[in-house]
Amino acid sequence: MCTWIVEKADIMGSGKGAEGWFPLKKANVCYDHPYHAPLDHAVLIDFVNEDRGIGARVAVELTPESARGLMKAIQAALDEGEAQHLVEPALATHTHS
Amino acid sequence: MAETVRMQGHNGDEIEAYFARPLGAGPYPGVVVLHHMPGWDDATKEITRKFSFYGFAAICPSLFHRVGPGSPDDMVAAARAAGGVPDEQVIGDVEGAMRYLRSLPYHNGKIGIIGFCSGGRQTYMSACKIPSLDAAVDCWGGGVVATPDRLTPRQPVAPLDMTKDMNCPLLGIFGADDERPSPADTARTEDELKRYGKNYEFHTYEGAGHGFFAVDRPGYRSVQATDAWKKVLAFFGEHLNATESTLAQQPAAVGAAPR
Repeated sequence: MCTWIVEKADIMGSGKGAEGWFPLKKANVCYDHPYHAPLDHAVLIDFVNEDRGIGARVAVELTPESARGLMKAIQAALDEGEAQHLVEPALATHTHS
Repeated sequence: MAETVRMQGHNGDEIEAYFARPLGAGPYPGVVVLHHMPGWDDATKEITRKFSFYGFAAICPSLFHRVGPGSPDDMVAAARAAGGVPDEQVIGDVEGAMRYLRSLPYHNGKIGIIGFCSGGRQTYMSACKIPSLDAAVDCWGGGVVATPDRLTPRQPVAPLDMTKDMNCPLLGIFGADDERPSPADTARTEDELKRYGKNYEFHTYEGAGHGFFAVDRPGYRSVQATDAWKKVLAFFGEHLNATESTLAQQPAAVGAAPR
């Protein structure tokens, strides 16, 4: 089924797309029909900068299990970074669509 | 013959469409094909060509055209992030596609519409909003039944609430394992169609879920899809004055058990 589930987060950083590196402004996270992955549904993450047009996008399509594994890996990397006092104060906020 | 064309859609906007037609003199009925949420993609264009093989002039407008220019997957992502396209715009694009078909010298005067997934919902809505359509096929359109919390500024009215204005016969194709629309959703829709005395037939396939025509996705169900395609072509053949040669090209019955 198409779900139209979309969650959005304002982000800061850089992404590498088809045209090379560009500054990122938003992450759109969906759970819906993928475009490429051979799945009925997937976690669809688009790292975008809408100011640069729709082509400024780094896209991934993951199984739910992969997405959960990714969240754990991100959290583990941040935890270790904080333990080593390497993580700067949070600058990005999460917003619901 | 099949090619990408330009057509005038809602507000006179020029948008791309994929057009396929038989190469004979006709006359041929027309079909408007509405793509699914993953966009104006290869699978939907293949379906458009399928209709031309069976004797229909078929056109599939790119409903996400205006979020471009860009690659097809970038356009899908942009449309998805925006919450889809406005219903009013879809109606305008369907009417534009119909004008395109009516302009063809080999058109027989009859036009049907078929949509898949979000296109199925849009097909149901079009059947209620456009009096000149002659037949409509809703393939697993989720969101025909919608609670108020699911309505948005772009989709402000549930198509179910438009049912009293449905103007043409409706065929519904659904999978029993689908959750949007669920069997409860399709039952609710049937109640509303019966309430207003509409001409419809629904088929819900056991062992199939959402999008079971899609040969490139895990949900493909060959036996159910083959049978459902026969029903789609027979329905359009009956209501769109297809010629005997068109009906003669329909596939023979398939009796193999599912693998």
